[in-house]
Amino acid sequence: MTEAPLLEIRNLRVSFRTERGMVRAVDDLSLTIGAREIVGIVGESGSGKTMTVLAILGLIRDPNAVIEGSIRFRGRELIGLPDREMRRLRGGAIAMIFQDPMTALTPVHTIGRQIVEQIREHRGLTHRAAWDRAVALLDAVGIPRPGIVAERYPHELSGGMRQRAVIAMALSCDPALLLADEPTTALDVTVQAQILDLIRRLRTEFDSSVVLITHNLGVVAEIADAVIVMYAGRIAERAGTEALFADPWHPYTWGLLGSVPPLDGPRLMRLTSIPGLPPSLLNLPPGCPFMPRCRWRRDACLARPPLEGPPAHQAACVIAPEERPADRVQALGPLVAAR
Amino acid sequence: MVFVLFGISVLVFLIFFATPGADPAARIAGRNASPETLEQVRASFGLDRPLPVQYALMMQRLFITGELTSFVNRGERVVPEVMEAAPVTLSLVFGGAVLWVAGSLVIGLTAAAFRNTVVDRGLMILSLIGVSMPVFWVGEMLNLVTQNRLHDTVLFSWVPALGYKPLLADPWDWFKTMLVPWVSLAILYIGLYGRVLRASLVEAEQEDYIRTARAKGLSEFHILTRHALRMSLIGFVTLFGLDFGVLVGGGALLTEVVFGLQGVGKLTFDALHTLDLPMIMATVMYSSVFVVLANTVVDLLYAVIDPRVRAR
Repeated sequence: MTEAPLLEIRNLRVSFRTERGMVRAVDDLSLTIGAREIVGIVGESGSGKTMTVLAILGLIRDPNAVIEGSIRFRGRELIGLPDREMRRLRGGAIAMIFQDPMTALTPVHTIGRQIVEQIREHRGLTHRAAWDRAVALLDAVGIPRPGIVAERYPHELSGGMRQRAVIAMALSCDPALLLADEPTTALDVTVQAQILDLIRRLRTEFDSSVVLITHNLGVVAEIADAVIVMYAGRIAERAGTEALFADPWHPYTWGLLGSVPPLDGPRLMRLTSIPGLPPSLLNLPPGCPFMPRCRWRRDACLARPPLEGPPAHQAACVIAPEERPADRVQALGPLVAAR
Repeated sequence: MVFVLFGISVLVFLIFFATPGADPAARIAGRNASPETLEQVRASFGLDRPLPVQYALMMQRLFITGELTSFVNRGERVVPEVMEAAPVTLSLVFGGAVLWVAGSLVIGLTAAAFRNTVVDRGLMILSLIGVSMPVFWVGEMLNLVTQNRLHDTVLFSWVPALGYKPLLADPWDWFKTMLVPWVSLAILYIGLYGRVLRASLVEAEQEDYIRTARAKGLSEFHILTRHALRMSLIGFVTLFGLDFGVLVGGGALLTEVVFGLQGVGKLTFDALHTLDLPMIMATVMYSSVFVVLANTVVDLLYAVIDPRVRAR
């Protein structure tokens, strides 16, 4: 590696003290994100996706939270950074798009004002200049009549418009790293496609790297360079997007892929679902967390499998490489194999 | 507003004139009055006429001619009495309100900014003490200190004797007279509003838009004052409208009595004591005007605070 990656997380662990013991929301997570890279993080609700990005921004404020490990942004350690310094990064070099555009904006301020206050917090612009920039940003994210929309309140805009406004706000200080937490979940499909298009353009126009959290594999397939599959706070599998879809290793990934309706080929009678529920993080089994729901479980699963494989493709599963194709056909049918 | 006032006036009228067992003539004539005396009283106060007529006459005298007279001090006009008492109560409550809004904003914001620290705990205990102290006790204690024990020291020698001084005659004198009553009226509300505001600000902490504001890199002070406070003010203003209306309408009775202020509260209290029906009617009408007014102002304030309420 010649230059330091934009973001490097090592052995991140986020746990919460509760009355019934420690809850590990994120456990031993490591990842690196290079410049202009789009990385997708997928997993069910509660798998630790959101906690990971909140930890990056230092936004876990629960006094019972314990954050361990290392998060380096441009080589600088973020964990333990004083709030003053952290604030300079937040909304500046690292920006975040939140999941629900309906609640992410303060209802009592106009869209323009909310963007302006962020710009002025980080750049020494006059109000006039910041306002002009806000309008230009709204225009850039595809909002028609941006000058008028800037003077509107959030409740006067549709969900798609609000999400664009939230994205415009996140982009207002040219972030090097954009953390997008399910940016399309609350939106309908046509708007989703437009928003994804917008995120893709960020890389080309703003040179940003993006961490995209989603539980929608279709979204990942469309725009991510690499994918991290999380389960119960841990990485189950990580790979380049093409490799993950062409040759998934982890049974949990198979489960996720099996639950996506195929767009071509014969219509399936039923989508495959993963039996059972995600485990409670409170009493995680000592071995592989996915074991209780896994069809291929064996004695070896009782010890926690490490993340293994070449840097380009790793999975935390004991199933041997030579067994994978057969088991996968069993799980998904010839569908993926054919893809 | 007119409808509300009409409703209230009818209700009050019925309560005092038409409730079974509430024969005003019997109250006026006194205990063990002979039937003849009763008849005489009835005729002389117009109580022998049909109820709607009595009501209409009373309203006419109260609102149109303004010559409604007291049942107790015959010949004394009721309306000027209220008009004279109103500035006293208004001075007391307006001044107190300024103090309590300012005080509770400071306490609520400070406690929320330092939440779960010693500062927060200390302020909350203080405000709980403020809420727990009865206003008449606080008033008497302040009187004891400023009028009696320490009156001759440098600290409190400026405090004038009890009683109201008109604002227009000498504003500085007015201010000096009212300051101690204001403080004692405001203490309870500072505590109450400070706690309500803190709770609401701390609750706002959970909101997504606060997290967004934080993710934008705004300072904690900025987040608290520009984002959290603005939303918390909605509950604050509602509460304020209710309390303010009630106090202006005579609810500051205890403070008025303790500080010898002849305000509307005192007037109503005396009228109730002697069952002076025309006076009760007048003070009730006066206070309902203020309660309704205060609520109207609150509705207007909502629109200023929260754009979602604004009519398009």
